[in-house]
Amino acid sequence: MLRDKLTIVTLGCILGGALLLAALNLLTPGASAAHVPDFVISLVGKYLCYAILALAIDLVWGYAGILTLGHGAFFALGGYCMGMYMMREIGARGVYANPILPDFMVFIGWKELPWYWQGFNHFWFALPMMMLVPGVLALAFGWFAFRSRVSGVYLSIITQALTYALMLAFFRNDMGFGGNNGMTDFKDIAGIPLNSETSSAGLMVISALVLAAAFLIARGMTRSRFGKVLIAVRDAESRTRFLGYRPESYKLVVWVVSAVIAGIGGALYVPQVGIINPSEFAPGNSIEAVIWVAVGGRGTLTGAILGAVLVNLGKTWLTSALPEVWLFAIGGLFILVTLFLPRGIIGLFAARSATAPAEAQPGAAAAKSAAREIAG
Amino acid sequence: MSDAPETSSELSGNSLLYLDGVTVSFDGFKALNALSLILEPGEMRAVIGPNGAGKTTMMDVITGRTRPDTGRVVFGDDIDLTRLDEPAIARLGIGRKFQRPTVFEPLSVHDNLLLSLAGDRSPRFALWAKETPTERDRLEELLATIRLVDDRDRPAADLSHGQKQWLEIGMLLAQEPRLLLVDEPVAGMSDAETEETAELLREINRTRSVVVVEHDMAFVRALGVKVTVLHEGSVLAEGSIDAIQSDPRVVEVYLGR
Repeated sequence: MLRDKLTIVTLGCILGGALLLAALNLLTPGASAAHVPDFVISLVGKYLCYAILALAIDLVWGYAGILTLGHGAFFALGGYCMGMYMMREIGARGVYANPILPDFMVFIGWKELPWYWQGFNHFWFALPMMMLVPGVLALAFGWFAFRSRVSGVYLSIITQALTYALMLAFFRNDMGFGGNNGMTDFKDIAGIPLNSETSSAGLMVISALVLAAAFLIARGMTRSRFGKVLIAVRDAESRTRFLGYRPESYKLVVWVVSAVIAGIGGALYVPQVGIINPSEFAPGNSIEAVIWVAVGGRGTLTGAILGAVLVNLGKTWLTSALPEVWLFAIGGLFILVTLFLPRGIIGLFAARSATAPAEAQPGAAAAKSAAREIAG
Repeated sequence: MSDAPETSSELSGNSLLYLDGVTVSFDGFKALNALSLILEPGEMRAVIGPNGAGKTTMMDVITGRTRPDTGRVVFGDDIDLTRLDEPAIARLGIGRKFQRPTVFEPLSVHDNLLLSLAGDRSPRFALWAKETPTERDRLEELLATIRLVDDRDRPAADLSHGQKQWLEIGMLLAQEPRLLLVDEPVAGMSDAETEETAELLREINRTRSVVVVEHDMAFVRALGVKVTVLHEGSVLAEGSIDAIQSDPRVVEVYLGR
């Protein structure tokens, strides 16, 4: 019952909050006390994209036990696909006024558009690419990793290596993605100018809608029989094999779905921050995103969203108030949560969640069964 | 990787499980040394032997966890188990119970059994699967057999040690196996529980073949079935418990030289 209430509260907060903020931004005069300034709208939009990423991570880490330290790679790839589309949308309005080539290609002396940039001038082409590119990479990566039964800390390390390798690759100018500087100076998206008040409120609301949809999909998956098998695989993988399940195929499905969700998050993120560059692949980003999930509560979905928003609120405040403290703060937060709040913030509210990872509550269960043994 | 078709061995009247010259070595150490063993359909067999005799390795070979270096392992008429992996072998109808009870702790008793019910194991099926009336009836039956009707909604983590053992047995029965491999089922059990477990295994044996690996001689005697003694990876002796216990070779292995 509680978890159903939690679903309604989660959806209500995401959609209600986004619509309320958008209304207060667009419908109130700038001088009014109720007016929500534009920077708040774009901040919230950013947080919502982070929440989409956190949700994707919770799906694989919370339910399948795959501790990914490289999910930022899928987020960034979705972002790059969106960036490529918006670069081509600029067209002849760029500094070099080249109708086909983006500015950075003219700058490094390229004469022709590389084959992998073809089609990105169409939104209908770019949109599926934002999901396909991260999805196909995840499929290839997961197929090899899960079939070879790579798991635990080794898997975490290779996910980290994956995002690091992509970062190094995207830094190179001759990759054709703008190198170090990445892509920026976007003008519009699907014909709508990006610098208007309406477009930032619109993107924020779309992010909220996508987050809500991703939440419902993740919730449906984790509550189905599929989700129960995932939990079984997470806690006793070899037992599932002797029941006739192939854990690798379950992991692969949830891994690819998660990568696609992360990619969509990245695609929504880029127009709202106005830039995409290789630093989005930095391993630190992926680790930070795992901390959001841990703080909110792993294996609860709502916790991932809550953690992403709260930690980033803290980050926004702290990096402007005491910028040098931030790294210590997030590191300390992770240690504190691991030690004292193993079930995250959600764990404080929910008395007991049947789907929460077993290792998060060994004390309680062990004490209970010990008490029962003694009582006879 | 595909499932081999189910074939009925009852018609042929031959063996259900046939191990022929199976050898497994780990770094030069022969865990199994030309082991041969035949199990009749419907038979219950006890396998005993000192530590390191190869009992667990034999289970690992049958269930696909370990691939033998040489030898054949045939299930039913002509299914070569050495070419299949654990999930494929499990789907053929070979269930395995480990010494320590392994249940899915965060899931409810009901869900533990539901995931174990024989049926489609693909992610695609699991994503859309709804509990059918047939499944519901079967679950009711199983819950009654393992005496956990009132605990169906409790997480398995909350069960006592004994209840977890029963739940795991329920999960094995849910798989509808033709052959059940049971590893030291009475380790750490009281005399009363040991007797109850022997009774349960005899009951299971009415419809399925069973292989029990055990240390406890009193328990093996209580089962009252044919006994195979393993020593250094091969069969040392085979026969009734009385014949085994009076066999000088077996006495030597067990009591030391």
